[in-house]
Formats: sequence, C-alpha cells, structure tokens
Amino acid sequence: MKSFIRKPSVLMAGLFVGLLGATSVASAQSLQIKQWAASCAACHGTDGYSEGGMASLAGQNKDAMVKKMIDYKNGKVPGATIMHQLSKGYTDEQIEKISAYFAALPAEKPVAKRK
Amino acid sequence: MQRREFIQIAGAGAVATTLIGCASTRIDAKNAKVLVVGGGYGGATAAKYVRKFSNYTADVTLVEPNQNFISCPLSNLVLGGSKKMEDITVSYQGLSKNHGVKLVKDYVVSVDVAKKQVKLAGGSTLSYDRLIVSPGVDLTYDRLPGMLKPNAQNEVLHAWKAGEQTVGLRKQLESMKDGGVFALTIPLAPYRCPPGPYERACQVAEYFQKNKPKSKVLILDANDDVTSKPGLFKAAWSTRYAGIVEYRGKHNLTDVDVKGKKLKFEFNDDIKADVLNVLPQMRAGAIAVKTGLANMNARWCEVDFLTFESKVAPNVHVLGDAIQIAPGMPKSGHMANQHGKTCAAAVVAILSGAEVNQLPVYNNTCYSFVSATDVVHVASVHTYDAGKKTMVTVPGSGGVSAAANALEGVYANAWARNIWADMLV
Repeated sequence: MKSFIRKPSVLMAGLFVGLLGATSVASAQSLQIKQWAASCAACHGTDGYSEGGMASLAGQNKDAMVKKMIDYKNGKVPGATIMHQLSKGYTDEQIEKISAYFAALPAEKPVAKRK
Repeated sequence: MQRREFIQIAGAGAVATTLIGCASTRIDAKNAKVLVVGGGYGGATAAKYVRKFSNYTADVTLVEPNQNFISCPLSNLVLGGSKKMEDITVSYQGLSKNHGVKLVKDYVVSVDVAKKQVKLAGGSTLSYDRLIVSPGVDLTYDRLPGMLKPNAQNEVLHAWKAGEQTVGLRKQLESMKDGGVFALTIPLAPYRCPPGPYERACQVAEYFQKNKPKSKVLILDANDDVTSKPGLFKAAWSTRYAGIVEYRGKHNLTDVDVKGKKLKFEFNDDIKADVLNVLPQMRAGAIAVKTGLANMNARWCEVDFLTFESKVAPNVHVLGDAIQIAPGMPKSGHMANQHGKTCAAAVVAILSGAEVNQLPVYNNTCYSFVSATDVVHVASVHTYDAGKKTMVTVPGSGGVSAAANALEGVYANAWARNIWADMLV
C-alpha cells in the first residue's frame, strides 16, 4: 500500500512545480503588458480612465483601437498632433496587446474604495 | 489506510487551491516591504503602482517631507501670471486614501544597504525589502563663489523646484520697473527639464509684453545652442516676442555678483540685469550623493534599465532626474512617471517570484507653453536594447509640433490633470 500512496505524491509534486512555472510565466507576461499599457496612462489616465481632455481607453473596442493606432502610424489620421509620432514607437504586436488590455476593462471607472 | 487516504485528499485539496491561484495568475507580494523615498513624478508614481501591480499585497511607505505635491511642469505659467500656485498643487492624501500607501512626512538622512534600513531626520528607522529612491536634483553652487555668500541664494533665485521660489521669482518680476532686464542663465546639459528654461523665457516675455512692454528677457545659455525644440522656440522669440527676447549661446556662467546684480562668464563680458535667475549645475538629490548611489562623477546614479536597480547598491532602485540617463532620454517629469511604473512592475515581479519584463517600452511627452494658451511639444518612445543593455529611442518615432498651437494648449492642461491623477489619485 505504501507504493500506492507515494506515486500520487510524486505526481502531485511534479504537477505543483509545473504549475508554479506556469504562474511565473503568465505573471511576467501580464506585468509586461501592464507596463506597456501604463505607459499610455500618463496622458490617458490610470488604466485608461481619462480625467478629461484626453480619450478614455478603458473598455473601448479592441479592433477599433488597433485600427486607430495603425492609422496613426501610417499617417492616416488627419489633424493628429502627437499620436502619429508616438504610435510609431510601438510594434503592431505591442499595440494589439495593449489594446486588448484596455478593451478588457469596464468602460465605467469602478467606484474607488478604500484598499 | 483510512488516515493515509485522508492525507492524500488533503494534499489534493492543496493542489486545487494552487490551481485556482494560477488560473487568475495572481501576483502576490504579501509581507514584502517597499519603501519609497521622494514623492515627485517618479516616487509618487512608483508608490501607487507597486500597490496596484501587487494587487494591493505589498506594504508600501512613501517618505516625503512636503505636505502637498507641487508640479514643476506648468510652474512657469505661475511666473507668466496665467496660473496660481493652487493650480499646480495636489494633495498626497489620495495615495493613502485610494491606494493604502503609508505616508511618512519626513526625509531620509542615511541608508544602511547591508541592514536594509533607512534613518529619518525625525530619528526613527524604517526597514525595507526593496528601497526606491527618487530624490530629484540638487542645485549646486560650488562653481559660483558669489552664490555661496550669506543670503545670496535668497536673493538670486532658481525657481527650478516649484514652491516658495516660484512665488518669490514672480514677486521679483512684478516689482521690476518697466524697461528692466530679466536675465536667465542655463547650465550645460544635462539638467532637469531641457525645454523648461526656454519656456520660462516665453512666459516672462508674455508678462512683459502685456504689463511692462519696455522690458527685456535675456537668455544666457552655457550650451552652444537651444537644447530642446530650437526651431519652435526661436520662432516664438522672433515673432511673438520680437524685440523682447534675446538669446545668446555659449555663455558659461562662472560667477554672480549678487549685490551688483552682475553675471560673469568664461569668455564673454559681464552682464548687468534687474532680475537675475540663475539655473546652476545640477546633480542627483543629496541623499543619492551622500549614500554613493550617484556613482557617475558623484553626479548621477547608474541603474539597470530593466529594474532601475542601482549598479552599486543591491535592493535599491533609483528613478527620475537623478539617474544617469540613457541616450535620447530627457530628465523630465513625464519620463520619471514612466520610470516609476517600469520600476514598480520589476519590483513586484522580483518580490513575487515572477520573471522581470525583459522588454520595457515607454514614452516621453514634454509640452511647453510659448504663451498662456499656445503650446509646442517634443515626444519620443524608448525601448530596451538587450545588446546594448540600455534604453534606446525607437527609430522613426517621436518628433515635435509643426508650429505652436492652441489645441495642444488644451492637451497640455489635460496632460497635467491626467498625469497628476496617475501619480497621486
């Protein structure tokens, strides 16, 4: 019976290590995307909730945001003041991931609560 | 057998819990102590974002001597008269109320890197797992003997840290007679806020134009030429402020006769003016110099651009104007805000056992007011170059305004509202 007990223990240990590895990679990716997205927040507000005067990005349609950024990159947005210059600094993949991050947030800023 | 089965089930339960944790990829930096020194654009942002990125698990304390944050960006508008000090002042309370950052109103006098402790002027000692130092700049007068005389620094102001000196310089401008000369000296780069002095010249010129039209603004720059947005600033001086602003490059200040209101230069004749505004050489804030963090010529702090960890002190990170900048990276508030978030993400990764982001990307935007309403910008995007181990500007990105315009004036004010909230609310 002893052998029966040990096997799952070994299995579980293996599973546990595997899961930790997955956590580490997934977290790193999410922190990377959060850092990229946070670079927009200086002008567009934390998590893309604008304090006014700039476009809010939170909860906007992902495809529309990607298209707009690619249009900025290609000089297809008339009257652009600065975004045609900033968009060129981000790869298409970065734009895709940043847009997905903002699109996944609720459009309405969650009510601030004491953390 | 019964007992062993029970143990197995308990073990399975533990795995299930871990699985749930993984599914949400929840970062947890519980019990980790992060101490942030300095509540400017870099430090305040880092404090908020360490809390945010750690899902509010890391314990964050901000040590800052001032009651409120006062912004250097936009402070030139107080000199010009279109903004008041309250327009550029924001409370630190949002960091505590909305984000649970512990605020300590004090300043750090020493750092013990081995013990991971800092000593405060008030006498207490705080310990940390990670220390984030965002000390800003110190203005150094050791090469200007006249400025070291008693009271000299109260008479000839820099107003390069927004606050009392901003109010003081505005008063000097108000009490200057019409027909007087305002002389502004600029040190060799690098210094805090490359376009700032040129924006200031515009703001003072507009005030003179409206209130003291016989007066002049004289810019005396140690650099060969205007260091930021040269075409746009020169256009403003030659059109909007023709006959008011005069720019002279290659004017390296060597001394100030405070009583005689005279400026002395390395290669040029002395210049007398009615209001002197001397921007002296700058270096990393005092605490960085004192602790040896400023390892580059005892002036700037060298950091690893993936984490902002000091090259000389483990577990200590340095942000903002105090660092040895990467090529093309300005010493600006916007840039310090970006440092703060990048550092926060790295610190949270380290504390929670996740991998540090190997490809940080961020941007800079500096808006300058050439009048109360019209603005010009310079923008850039910076990405990590793993080969060079530094940040580089992305080729083809960035640029400046085509011309000064009022729409960007609206954006510049919106930028301020958003970035102040991003740091402090």
